[in-house]
Amino acid sequence: MTLTVVLACAAALLVLAVLAVVIARFSGATRLVYGASMAMAAVSLAAATVHLLSAAAPESLALPLGVPWLGSHFRLDALSAFFLIVVDLGALSASLFALGYGEHEMTPQRVLPFYPAFLCGMTLVVLADDAFTFLFSWEFMSLSSWALVMSHHRALENVRAGYVYLVMATFGTLAMLLGFGLLAGPDGLYTFAQMRAAHPAAGLAALALLLALVGAGSKAGLVPLHAWLPLAHPAAPSHVSALMSGVMTKVAVYGFVRIAFELAGAPAWWWSIVVLAVGGITAVMGLLYALMQNDLKQLLAYSTLENVGIIFVGVGLALAFRAYDMPAAAALALTAALFHVFNHSLFKSLLFFGAGAVLTATGERNMEHLGGLIHRMPQTAFVVLVGCAAISALPPLNGFASEWLTFQAILLSPQLPSWGLKIVVPAVGALLALSAALAAACFIRAYGITFLGRPRSGAAQAATETDRFSLAAMILLSVACLIAGILPGLFIDALAPVNSALIGAHMPRQAGTQWLAIVPVAASRSSYDGLLVFLFMIISGSLAASAIHRLASDRLRRAPAWDCGYPDSSPATQYTAMSLAEPIRRVFGATLFRAEEIVEMPPPGDMRPAQLKVSMRDLIWDFLYVPIADAVDAAADRLNPLQFLTIRQFLSLVFGALVILLVVLALWP
Amino acid sequence: MALIRDLLIQGGQMLLLLVLAPLFTGFVRKMKARLQRRQGPPLIQPYRDLVRLSRKEVVLADQASWLFRTTPYLVFAATWVAASLIPTFRIDLLYSWSADLIAIIALLGSARFFIALAGLDVGTSFGGIGSSREAMIASLAEPAMIMVVFTLALIAGSTQLSNVAEFMASPQVGLRVSLGLALFGLVMVALAENGRVPIDNPATHLELTMVHEAMVLEYSGRHLALIELSAALKLLLYVSLLACIFLPWDIESAGASAPTLALGIFAYLGKLALGGFLLAVFETSIAKMRVFRVPEFLGAALMLGLLATLLRFVSASF
Repeated sequence: MTLTVVLACAAALLVLAVLAVVIARFSGATRLVYGASMAMAAVSLAAATVHLLSAAAPESLALPLGVPWLGSHFRLDALSAFFLIVVDLGALSASLFALGYGEHEMTPQRVLPFYPAFLCGMTLVVLADDAFTFLFSWEFMSLSSWALVMSHHRALENVRAGYVYLVMATFGTLAMLLGFGLLAGPDGLYTFAQMRAAHPAAGLAALALLLALVGAGSKAGLVPLHAWLPLAHPAAPSHVSALMSGVMTKVAVYGFVRIAFELAGAPAWWWSIVVLAVGGITAVMGLLYALMQNDLKQLLAYSTLENVGIIFVGVGLALAFRAYDMPAAAALALTAALFHVFNHSLFKSLLFFGAGAVLTATGERNMEHLGGLIHRMPQTAFVVLVGCAAISALPPLNGFASEWLTFQAILLSPQLPSWGLKIVVPAVGALLALSAALAAACFIRAYGITFLGRPRSGAAQAATETDRFSLAAMILLSVACLIAGILPGLFIDALAPVNSALIGAHMPRQAGTQWLAIVPVAASRSSYDGLLVFLFMIISGSLAASAIHRLASDRLRRAPAWDCGYPDSSPATQYTAMSLAEPIRRVFGATLFRAEEIVEMPPPGDMRPAQLKVSMRDLIWDFLYVPIADAVDAAADRLNPLQFLTIRQFLSLVFGALVILLVVLALWP
Repeated sequence: MALIRDLLIQGGQMLLLLVLAPLFTGFVRKMKARLQRRQGPPLIQPYRDLVRLSRKEVVLADQASWLFRTTPYLVFAATWVAASLIPTFRIDLLYSWSADLIAIIALLGSARFFIALAGLDVGTSFGGIGSSREAMIASLAEPAMIMVVFTLALIAGSTQLSNVAEFMASPQVGLRVSLGLALFGLVMVALAENGRVPIDNPATHLELTMVHEAMVLEYSGRHLALIELSAALKLLLYVSLLACIFLPWDIESAGASAPTLALGIFAYLGKLALGGFLLAVFETSIAKMRVFRVPEFLGAALMLGLLATLLRFVSASF
């Protein structure tokens, strides 16, 4: 029943997409499309929530669509329901945001048809129950989001972003296709039910898992397959950026979890090492990239890499514990990962909405031209501050709760017997700790330069508060961030069916604990109570405030800034985004980005201005992508003459190829 | 009845910390002055400073926003809550289970996050320089601290500070390599986090190398009083943390009678005096380092922490 409702919503979104092609040019179309998308998302969200919370049995449905001998299989189990909640919550808030934000869209006919299609694609991916439907929906999701990335196609960098995205998406889907092919085996067992029943050989399963890691990882943005993500996510309209960063990367995580925990059979211990190492490196590299960006949306896109890295560390730990048959610890690690999936979808969407609101108000994405927006957009500034605190993993907000769980899972891992893991896990723990600290630095910079200080341009000076729909969406998400932060136990309990289905165990129930604390293993080991910490902070803060109010002087005088006696009226004398990151660039960037600073100081008497030039290189791009692109170019050049053969030469080429293939087939053992 | 008693003890500890914090800062200053053969300000000078500051009017910069005005309260709240979760004279306080060592560090991280934002709020170059350097120092000090916490948690089998302190006081601890590394790492982090020599100089203004003082340069009056009190609390927090982990003797357990609690308090005061004296000696005998030497210093702390954690992963006997 629930599955039917959810599929009906997806179908309605598809109809809406077709309808939008026709009506996009009329006024009111924006309201209609986003309003209807929001309604569909709300219905689907309610259905999925009921399914997950009631721990209902999985539902399946086979429709006679698609490949004739296969049909389309759909299934709603706990894992799908959880990811459906993430998708629908993102879709709901993005549609609400777009009710206001979408009005500023210059070319609605390039956005409106693809937006519901994108939502539909993501919904179908998490519901798919056979390889064909999964890959079809996956491609549908990729292509509709590509169309949204290209909606402002006159800007040259968007065209480049779209091209890189298309190439990487194709590559990722190819890897997934091969992975599913290996799992389906020679008999063509393409439904997931058949794959679950089959037990693939160890080598085959490992290869399929690596292909899934490449396929899902390229969509989720794992380093070094991330190159498209920071280009494509910012290029789309902001509500779509929020969906791509906050939700689509999670759909990719879903694909990996589905394959790794269900379809690929019993895990080998070394799978987890690959996942852990890639996750840890992604977390730190993503933030270091983010710290070097001046473009607000690009910074947010890079910070997505960090969070995806944290999620994959959790998934990797769960794989390791599962390989050594430690179900309780595996459940803790997987819960941490999935809780972070949920949390990241909340605060990343919130921050992209904030960036969208700033973009609407000022027309600027470059932080160097912003500043002082806290005075001109006070409500936006407040909710974005909540988002920044949440993503920086500050208690009592939700980012901290899931990161705390991940740390607790790491602390269980000395019990793992493998030596490889004993070395890798502490290193990954250190990377995770580093990324947590760098996240705070990154968002001090993002918030401080954008919203605080004095306006750095006329546009920032003239900004006004954003519309009420956009604000409503941001307030919704920031309240959700707070609730998930102070009541993490509820979310952990809701994830119990997912863990039971995938691992066969779940974390101890948190509902009965004292003051709604979370106790991952045992009270003597560790516990955390977001609610009490929140209450204590409020109480001690208000105690301080009332004591000050009673006892201290309440006189206050506004005056020019002191600045050690040398205040300068020009906003250009403030710290900039570049200069704020300078110490971190010196510490980390010299090796990782080959960052170089060249100071040109004219001699005394010379009237030329002094200049500081900073050069940085993206080594992954230069040493991985550029050589591959060059090789493809060279190969294309070599193959080019094949276009100009005569018909005889073509025929002999085909004949020759056929003979070689037959010989290979005959000689195959 | 027991609940009321526990509540009183918890509240008493919070108040004790609040009262002791300025005194401890004054004590360190006095010690340093005596070591430099100066008379030094009286011990109660920090209290006088706080009272004087809170009586003065606030001079608020024109561009300051609401965030600038609320930050002192937020910073104070986060620091005070974090400090009151540290066992000083008694373990298993009423609410000590509500946040473990990782959460305590994160609470201090919250305080730092907001104070760094406040440094940027007015839009001056001094505030910016402070925030920028603080972010750099924190980005290395926090992971080093987390690695130290990992080591302690793996040794004691818990991240809950009460349990760690109880374990450290028990004879099962013994001498461990990882514990020694963790001690060094923690001391280095504590120096950096509190802006002490050789990372930063708490006694100077108007110096291009300053970090913490630069961020709070625009604060005045009652706001500055709160910030100074939070800084003193944070110093006390770190010394109490070091004391409860590495000098875990005479921290009373739950259900201790009044005289033993008094003993616990005296022991705590003794530990603080020792900590303050050592800090003063250390600060007098070393010179402040250049800002860009700080990453090396903290990188060493991070490596010590990582090494200690690795040792614990490799074998439970280290």
